[in-house]
Amino acid sequence: MTSQRNIAVFLIALALIAPWFAYPVFLMKALCFALFACAFNLLLGYAGLMSFGHAMFFGMAGYFYGHVVKAWDLPPELGLLAGVAGAAALGLVTGALAIRRQGIYFAMITLAFAQMVYFFCVQAPFTGGEDGLQGIARKPLLGGLIPIKDDRVLYYVVLAIFLFGYVAIYRFIHSPFGQVLKAIRDNEQRAVSLGYEADRYKLLAFVLSAALAGLAGATKAMVMQFATLTDVSAAMSGEVVLMALVGGLGTIIGPVVGAFIIITMQNYLAATGEFVLVIQGVIFVVIVMAFRKGLVGELTDWWKSRRSAG
Amino acid sequence: MFELLGIPPQALFGQLLLGLINGAFYAMLSLGLAVIFGMLNVINFTHGAQYMMGAFAAWLMLTQLDIPFWAALVLSPLVVALFGILLEKVMLKRIYHLDHLYGFLLTFGLALIIEGSFQWKWGSSGAPYPSPIPGGTNLGFMYMPNYRAFVVVAALVICLATWYGIERTKFGAYLRAATENPTLVRAFGINVPRLITLTYGLGVGLAALAGVLAAPIQQVSALMGTNLVLVVFAVVVIGGMGSIMGSIVTGFGLGLVEGLTKVFYPPASNTVIFVVMAIVLLVKPAGLFGQSK
Amino acid sequence: MPETLLKVENLQAWYGESHILHGVGFEIGRGELVTLLGRNGAGKTTTLKSVMGIVEKRTGSVRFEDREIIGRASDEIARMGIAYCPEERGVFSSLNVEENLLLPPVVKPGGMSLAEIYGLFPNLEERRRSQGTKLSGGEQQMLAIGRILRTGAGLLLLDEPTEGLAPVIVQRIGEIIRQLKGRGFTILLVEQNFHFAATVADRHYVMEDGRVVDMVTSADVQQNIGKLQAYLGV
Repeated sequence: MTSQRNIAVFLIALALIAPWFAYPVFLMKALCFALFACAFNLLLGYAGLMSFGHAMFFGMAGYFYGHVVKAWDLPPELGLLAGVAGAAALGLVTGALAIRRQGIYFAMITLAFAQMVYFFCVQAPFTGGEDGLQGIARKPLLGGLIPIKDDRVLYYVVLAIFLFGYVAIYRFIHSPFGQVLKAIRDNEQRAVSLGYEADRYKLLAFVLSAALAGLAGATKAMVMQFATLTDVSAAMSGEVVLMALVGGLGTIIGPVVGAFIIITMQNYLAATGEFVLVIQGVIFVVIVMAFRKGLVGELTDWWKSRRSAG
Repeated sequence: MFELLGIPPQALFGQLLLGLINGAFYAMLSLGLAVIFGMLNVINFTHGAQYMMGAFAAWLMLTQLDIPFWAALVLSPLVVALFGILLEKVMLKRIYHLDHLYGFLLTFGLALIIEGSFQWKWGSSGAPYPSPIPGGTNLGFMYMPNYRAFVVVAALVICLATWYGIERTKFGAYLRAATENPTLVRAFGINVPRLITLTYGLGVGLAALAGVLAAPIQQVSALMGTNLVLVVFAVVVIGGMGSIMGSIVTGFGLGLVEGLTKVFYPPASNTVIFVVMAIVLLVKPAGLFGQSK
Repeated sequence: MPETLLKVENLQAWYGESHILHGVGFEIGRGELVTLLGRNGAGKTTTLKSVMGIVEKRTGSVRFEDREIIGRASDEIARMGIAYCPEERGVFSSLNVEENLLLPPVVKPGGMSLAEIYGLFPNLEERRRSQGTKLSGGEQQMLAIGRILRTGAGLLLLDEPTEGLAPVIVQRIGEIIRQLKGRGFTILLVEQNFHFAATVADRHYVMEDGRVVDMVTSADVQQNIGKLQAYLGV
């Protein structure tokens, strides 16, 4: 396990010096999406539930953040809290309904609810409709102690939030609760016959995943200073699936890798417009047809087979 | 003229007609989804894109080749169905043994590719398609555009024909049996892989047919099926995919519900189907016509 | 023995990782009625499925009318003239009785007509419009057998047609199987019920642990009764 520890230390060191080599806003955006993808992956990889509507938590949390900070003029901490709490509440309602069906129906139901939230956001007055919430000021954190106007300062805040979320997921997966969740994923009937109330475990995982997606969405609104319909759209729900898929479902670091790849790709392809969609589609197809384990999964397999061969 | 709850009858019946038309599309699309899911175990996310392709093919036939609507009504679904058959042969058939999730993701990716390419080539603003039966009839309580009346009747006929084909014919018996137990049906000497391919072609053709019918009503655009397919997913969850007649009734019924909502509480008209879905999940999770698992 | 219709040699089969058949060999002459006997798990059902081409992986040789069929897909095998009646009967619930009967396509001339099949199973005609799975167990078994008589297939593979049925019905099915033999069908019957098998078959193959370990003709059953009982644990 020392090699894993070495990799972790190396990655954290890299993250600490990164803003001196790369554009901080890009890094922060990527970290937000990485957390979002990890939250999604928690649900799919460890509870076996594929939500195709996770944008509703990500996007709504952005609106909650914006509304609290801009319209109510409250500090950003409360904005983040509102984002997380709002997403968790939304997760509780939609999750309780969605877990009444299984498998592919679960995906369709979450997708449908996300679409409902999307239509709601198009019309609701507090979202700003097509324009979204623009110009959300970056007010200092902790009563003025941390001036987040500076991109590099904000970067470390975002990194801390990301690490908090990542560690929370790690702890959750390795807790007794996470073990039960995996048992339910692998064989729900057996877990139920052992006396576990599968639905409660699933619902809690769903709410937790929604809350962390909300944390990611609210943080993104803090960084980018806006919240728009893009983040609640079905396309965004698809994007987070793609990130987790590219990196590797069910690996804990995979979604982070996937998020960085997809965000980098979008950065370079932004000018090509519709072509981003086409390329994303091609990636979906190629991964499903040929590399179902994702980048991290395939690399791990390759590494293992090389070791056992050598 | 009489008024109903303060709503002028013109508006009421106008919206009900619109609802019926939307319902016709929901019914045709959810029918195709259900038939495909039964045989392929795949939720065809490409359905909306194939609906769009149907409308686009008709539009291209008209503007590039001077092929009139009535010919396109047959030709366009055939062309799109052939495209679907190609997709099935090249890609879908390789993933039937995997979890449903992969079929969903694969067809989602294909939808992105198709819609993105159309958007790239023709933009997203949309083009009008002239009505093949212009004019209308004054029914006294409302003005009925001829083409819209035709769409409702045509969709109903198509749905009932599909029902008849599946529930009352030899081909339909093969389909139903293979949905239950493909291995045994194959061991009786029926070429089940070909049956699966044909089923996909049939479902895709239905989506394209709906697209052609929609072309003169909506703008023909690359994204016309994007949101529609999401609503149709909700329709499918509400109706359950076990029953053909159930899909038809649910589709038309939800179209009417949507139309009524537009009359009495317009802001909710976009979301009402999802609200119905939530209620159905609470009351009858397997869906109105689904067998509980 | 008459001209060989089906000849199986060194047949091996797997379900996933588990190796079920370890070199099964037997043969059936045209018009014969042969049973595969053996305890649960001996590989009888898997043998039928392997002949029919519906196990994942199989090797060895299965020759039908002197043609190798081991590599062929099951629909192709069916169209060559082999019909299969599975242990679980496989009556389709979304089809009514008559649709179930008419489902298997006619693959060769010379099959029985619907009227003849109804003649054999009058119950089915009475219930022709009922949903397939609404029938009683015995009726479902008759439907499952009746269904494969129309197709013109000369070789019938019947997997435990008497399982779970009342003695009267078992007797009735015995009569029907004898009638079918009389009509010229060649039948490979898998049975647990030895007493039933003994009343209908020409020869018996005994299976153990995925192999054929013995063969006893009907005439020799009495002399070998002790040995057979030892094989079957009855």
